[in-house]
Formats: sequence, C-alpha cells, structure tokens
Amino acid sequence: MDKELKFTWSDIIKYGAIGGVVAVYVILIGMVVAFNERYIIAETLTLGQIALFAPTFLLAYFAANNARKIKSLSFSIIASALAGLVTGVFVAALLVLASKVNIREVFLNVSPELLEILHFGKDSLTGATIMIMIFNLAVGLLGGLFALTPRRWSNAILMGASLVALMGIMQELMSITFGNKDWFKPVSEFIYAKKGLSWGGTALFMLLGILGSLWRSSASLHPGTKIAKMPRRQQQTIRIASFLLGLIILLWLPRFLGSYPSEILTTVGIYIIMGLGLNIVVGFAGLLDLGYVAFFAIGAYTVGILTTTGKLATMEWGFWMALPAAVFLATMAGVILGIPVLKMRGDYLAIVTLGFGEIIRILVLSDWLKPYIGGAQGILQIPKPSIGDYAFKGPQQIYYIVLIGILLVGYIAWRLRDARIGRAWKAMREDEDVAEAMGIHLVSTKLLAFATGAAFAGLSGAIFAAKLGSIFPHSFNLIVSINVLSLIIVGGIGSLPGVVVGALILVGLPELLREFADYRMLFYGALLVAMMLVKPEGFIPEKTHARELHQKPLEPEVAPEAPAKEAI
Amino acid sequence: MLRNFMRKYDVTDIVMWLIGLGLLLVVLWGSYKTLFVIQKYESSVWLDFFIFGLAQGSVYALIALGYTLVYGILFMINFAHGEVFTGGVFTAYFVAIAMERSGFIERHWVLALLILMAIAMTVSVAIAVLLERIAYRPLRGAPRLVPLITAIGASFFLQYTYRGIYGSGVKTYPDFPALDGKLNLLGREWPILTTQALVIVVAALMMVFLYWYVQKTKAGKAMRAVAEDKEAAALMGIDVDQVIVNTFALGGAMAGVAGILYALLFKQVNAFMGFIPGIKAFTAAVLGGIGNVPGAMLGGLFLGIVESLGPSLILDGLGIPAPYQLKDAIAFTLLVLVLIFRPTGILGERLSEKKA
Repeated sequence: MDKELKFTWSDIIKYGAIGGVVAVYVILIGMVVAFNERYIIAETLTLGQIALFAPTFLLAYFAANNARKIKSLSFSIIASALAGLVTGVFVAALLVLASKVNIREVFLNVSPELLEILHFGKDSLTGATIMIMIFNLAVGLLGGLFALTPRRWSNAILMGASLVALMGIMQELMSITFGNKDWFKPVSEFIYAKKGLSWGGTALFMLLGILGSLWRSSASLHPGTKIAKMPRRQQQTIRIASFLLGLIILLWLPRFLGSYPSEILTTVGIYIIMGLGLNIVVGFAGLLDLGYVAFFAIGAYTVGILTTTGKLATMEWGFWMALPAAVFLATMAGVILGIPVLKMRGDYLAIVTLGFGEIIRILVLSDWLKPYIGGAQGILQIPKPSIGDYAFKGPQQIYYIVLIGILLVGYIAWRLRDARIGRAWKAMREDEDVAEAMGIHLVSTKLLAFATGAAFAGLSGAIFAAKLGSIFPHSFNLIVSINVLSLIIVGGIGSLPGVVVGALILVGLPELLREFADYRMLFYGALLVAMMLVKPEGFIPEKTHARELHQKPLEPEVAPEAPAKEAI
Repeated sequence: MLRNFMRKYDVTDIVMWLIGLGLLLVVLWGSYKTLFVIQKYESSVWLDFFIFGLAQGSVYALIALGYTLVYGILFMINFAHGEVFTGGVFTAYFVAIAMERSGFIERHWVLALLILMAIAMTVSVAIAVLLERIAYRPLRGAPRLVPLITAIGASFFLQYTYRGIYGSGVKTYPDFPALDGKLNLLGREWPILTTQALVIVVAALMMVFLYWYVQKTKAGKAMRAVAEDKEAAALMGIDVDQVIVNTFALGGAMAGVAGILYALLFKQVNAFMGFIPGIKAFTAAVLGGIGNVPGAMLGGLFLGIVESLGPSLILDGLGIPAPYQLKDAIAFTLLVLVLIFRPTGILGERLSEKKA
C-alpha cells in the first residue's frame, strides 16, 4: 500500500467508469430484471433497483473514501457525486443503444422489461436518460456521504439497511411459515404491505438495526466484555447455560418453523457436515481437495443401494444398518484415493482430486455400471429411516438426524483440532519438510486427514440420500465441491464456527431468494476471488491461519530453484 | 535383501506400482482382444480415429500452451484458462451467425475464418489480461493455495457470466460449405476431412509462430529470462509485470484460435464448453512437462489420439457397453496416472515433486 497518495479528477472518472462497467455487467447478466419483482419497500424500492444502483453506490463510496485521505471534505463529496454521474453515463448509453439497435440477439437479457425499468416511468428517451443521470448522481452522493459518516454510525446504518433488506426478502417465507399462526396477522399487517415492507416496517427494522449495532459497538454495554469481567466460575455457568439454551432452541426450531424452513435447515446442515469434513482436509491439513463430492456420492450411493426397495433392490437394509456401511466405505475410499496423491502438493493435488471426482461421476453416469447403480436414472425408493414406530418422514424429522450428525462431527473436529494429530496437520500445512523433520509421519497424517474428511462426507451423503428418498448422479457434480469449498473459505479456513456461518450464508440465504438460484455459482465464483483478494482468512478467522496469511515475507519471493535451460 | 528392498521402496510405492501394472495389463488385454479377437473395425476406421485424434489433439495443444506459458513464469495453474478459451469462441459465434446470414461465409470463407479468429483472439486476450490484472496480480507472493482458489473462483465466475449474458443454450456454429467433405488436393482425394486438415495445419502454424516468438524475438527472450529468475530479470532492466501480461496475452491468443478450431471440429458452443477441454489441456501440459513449450504441443497431440483411439481400442475389447461415454474418464485417468508416476512429464521438465 505504499502507492503514491494522490487523487485527481481523472481518478474520479476512473472510479465512475469502473462503476459503469460493473453496472452494465449487472444489467446484461439479467439481475436487474430478475430481481425487479421482489419489492423490499412496498412500491418504492425493488431488489432489481438495488442491484442496478449498488455499483454506483460502492464506487462512489470508494472514491470518497480515497479522496478524503488527501483532499478536502467538499472535494470528496463532489468526487462521489461525479463518479456516480459517470456511472450513470454508462447506464444511459446502454439504454440509448438498446433503444436504437436491436442487441437482444447477442445480449439475451436486454428485454423490453429491462428497457421499461430503465425508463423509470418516463416515456421519452431523453426523459429517461435525464432520470438515470439524476438517480445515479443522487446515489453517488449518498455513497459519498456514507463514506464520510463516522465509522460507528455508518456501521449502524449499514446494519439497519441490511436488516431491512433481509426482512424484505423474507416476506414470502414469513407468510409460509407463520401464515396460520394467530399472532402473525396483526404483525404482518404492520410490517408488510402487499409486496415488500410497509413504511412502518421499514422504519422499525432500520431503527432496530441501528440500535442493535450501536449497542454492540459501545464497549461498556457489550455482553462479551461484561462476561469477561466476571469470576471464572460464573463464566463457566454462563457458558453452560447458553449452550443448553442454544440446544433447546435448536431442538425446538423445526416445530416452530414448520416444514419448508426445516427443509432449508436440513440442507444447510448437510452442507455443514460436509464443510466440517473438508475443513479438516483443506483447513487443518492444507490439502486442497476438489473431488470431495466423490465421498459424498459414495455415502449416498451406499445407502441408496443397500436400502432401496425399488428396481435395484439388493439388501433392503434399514437406514441405521446402512449408515455405518456408508461411512466405512467412504472412509476406505478416502484412504484409497489418498494413497496415490500422498506425494503431491498444492495445485497438482487439487487437479488430481478433481480428476478423481470427475472419473467417479462419469462412471456413475455410464451405461457400463447402469445395472448396478442406475445410471442417469439414479436410485429411487430409498426408504425413510425410522426408530421403532417413529418414522423420520419429513424434513422436520430428518432435521434431528442432521442435528445429531452436526453435533457429533463438530465435536470430533473440535477435539481433533487441538489433539496431537490436529497439531500435526497444522504443522504439515505450514511446511511439510519441517513437519517431517519434527518427527511427523507424513503418510499416516495425510491419510488420516483424507479418511476423516471422507468419513464426514460419507455421513453427510447417507443423510442426504435418506432425506431425498431418491438420488441422481447430477446431484454429485463438481459444483458441490466448489460450494463446500466456498463456504469454508467465506467462514474462515480452518475455523469451526466459520463453517456454520459460511453454510448459513452461502446455502441458507440463496434458498430464501429463488430468483437468485441462477446467479448462485456466479456469486460463489466472485466471492472466492473477492475473499482471496480482500480477506483470505475469512469472516471468522482461525488465529494461526490469519497470522500466517498476514505475515510479511522475510525476503522477496524467490522463484523455486533454477529451472532447466530449455524451459519455455 | 528384502530389508534392503523395503528400505528403498515405501509400501505406498509398491501399492502404486501394482496398481499401475494392473492398469497396464488391462490396457494390453483390451487392445489385444479388440485387435485380434473381436476385429470389429477395419484399418481405415482406425485411420479415421487417428486423424480425428490428431485434430482434437492439436486444439488441446494450443490450449495447453496457455497453461504451460503461465506456469513456466508464475508457477501457478491458471484454472480459468478454459474460460478464456470459451470467451473468444462464444463471442465470435454472434459474428459468425451474422456473416452466415449475409452470405459472407459462402463468398469469402478464408476471410470470414480469419475475421472470426481475430475476434476470438481479441476477446480471449482481453479476458486473459483482465484476469491477470484483477485476480492474479495482487496475489503474487501469497501462499500457493491462494491464487489457485482465486483461479477456481474466476473460472466459475466466467462460466456463469457467459451463461448470464449469452444464454444457457447450446449454439450451433454456422457451416463452412467450402470445408465439407474429404480433402481434395493435388488432383486426388485424401482420406482426411477438409476441416480436420485445416485444423491441424492452422494449429501447427500457430505453434510454429509461438515457438519462433519465444525463441527468437526480444519479447520471447525477456519471457524466458523472467521464467528463469524474476529478480535477476528485473535487475537486467526487464519489466517483469509487462512480461507477465504478455505471457497471459500470448496464452489467450492461442486459446482464441483454439476456440475457433474447436468450433470447426465440433460445431457447438455453450457457456460451459471450456471446462473439460481446459482440464484436458492441462493434462496435456503436464504430460509434456509443464513449463515446456514443445512438451505441451506433444502432450496435446498424444492426449487427443489416446482419447480418440482409447475407447474403441481398450474398452471395446473388455466388453464394456457404450465405451464412447467413457472417453473423458480415459483422459482423466491419464491425468491422474501422469501426475502420480511422472509429474515431470514425457519430456521431463523443471518441476520436481517438491514444487508440484
């Protein structure tokens, strides 16, 4: 960051232009239209408009932030407004182009609906252009003002705005979940209009968010600092009490929420189990495994084949008999696939595991193995688990299996982390040669990492099969591996609570927002890049890992040894 | 003696060699059955397979050059290179359609092809350079996994960007009527499709150009210097950043041409088309010894041929139904085997397992 400090008029144009390119990108990719039906604030603000103006806001924010460091306050505000205006020029140019020339053949999303949105209710093209300019200028100004607000207050406003957005998005889910409860109707009438939040609801959640954030940020009121001041005994009591309270809430949750939200929670839970497993392989041991989905598939297919009562029926075991078999087979697969890659490091390992994953997917899909595992038609009629007379028939019941799985796996991962083997993994992650010199047996350490990770994935896959009742090969493609990787990276590589938070954000949130499904992978990809650039240790970082990532190298990076002459 | 043996070779080594030996036996047994017992195919069919393999192999080789060039300099796998390839050919598709409608392709097919290649190259180069600037440059010197994860993210981001902007459907490239049928040259008909011949020739030209560029030009010399030693190169007055951008651009240009050739061969494009060829091209690069330009060319051709002959030669003999479905599995198995048994590739190159 020892860049020369300067901020000139051309920088303003640069920021505005970047914002413009991003805004045009957001429009062309179709987000504006897709999100436009989703009202956040009734009849005023849609999610599509937020998507449209977010680039303007962000870049104006950055412009003002950078300008403030060296220039005057008024210059910073002007800079942000101008950057917004430049962004507006790009959007307006797109509108003019799209109205005059038919570019829809190439850019699929330049639809009549888009043009209507961009017209902002004005009939003439000039009117619309002026509107776009004014709006972008205003949003840019807002971004600038936001940048110049003191940190504590801007955080509070951000919190309030996020809460408003979240509640707006959740409207549909709320009415599905609580629609038949007595208390819901008056509450709903107050906070929601027909589509989106009412003004009352908006004000309420804004206020709640601001107050909550202010409360958290004032150190004297923060619960953490209060507890830290208490004597040891009391701290422990509070910890146990809050753990029990959390457990009770978790047990009670599916009853309270009903079927659909429980379904989301089980999906999130399945990803949490997988994430905890991959976290051991990638996070603790530092082995990037892109074929992780293979173990998930092995777990699911084992349960499928052993329990199905359909066409491919073999054993017709119960779920509880098949579950250990699934975990065992997945573990064995972890060891078997682990042996060949023992000597590889880093990027080669990633590619080989990716290759393994793809080979397994291709084999599952092939005609060759179809008589045994069903090919593209998959395995149908997998019975639901049951204990005695109690059948885990729906998501509300499967939820408990998932919960037990998470608690079990989480406990194992937590204990392993600080055990001898966990420290060996971390040592290996930092430097294999040094670890070996310290007496760590690399072969068994690596294989244990693979095996544990695979066992968790196998468990997760087994529950997945029982939950769905039928499995198809396309549920087990590379994208699952990438999802799991993204969620542990967002949460923080190597961090256990990070896995839970990551899964809630990356798996839970998209389920709330159906329009988002199309942009999910796009978003994950962008998130992986952004996280690596800005916050490689994740949102809930693990201590040692964060230290390693932010450590300044002692000497300039040296290219690995002298290469051969004929290279390149 | 046994103890001496055990000391020299790990148990895992022995297991690996046994697996390798087993696979070799399977391959030999399958080939033997196909060639001498079943005899389903005539020799002309084998020739067709071989030539098709050569054509698709030359496409792989061109993509593989991008991997190898970048790896040679930055020691990172540009995982998103497959998407650099897609970007060029997918964008050029819209121009191709317009040219078909106006009848331009029928009238001046050579010119049309050159225009398409130019467009694909421009777009691919732009994407590759932007990728370097936005995603990779800030991460130089970070722990090795960091740029790799970035590259994976970039790869998915680009795939879904194409899908979002251009749509998710499979698009069919227009036909080049002049290239239909077998090659007619020097007054006789050759046993090779004109398209395939063209693909092989163009790919060969590009490779010769690249080899000349890297070996003979000043920019190529700078590139080799940076690959040898960044610090020393910088001390000699070479702009390392610029050289790295050049490398990405060069790889992008090769991928752009490869895209058009791919479209000539397979006729279809979609947003995700680059992923599998990308991994295969990476396989090719590793096969030839990553970081090694002639190696990548050789590896690409080899992989193309194996993939084309393999299913019929090996799997048919083993009595596996619909072997063609498994051709990708053959390529990936080859990838895994090469990385396990000979990570330095056929031509043996700079990387030892330590750095891999």
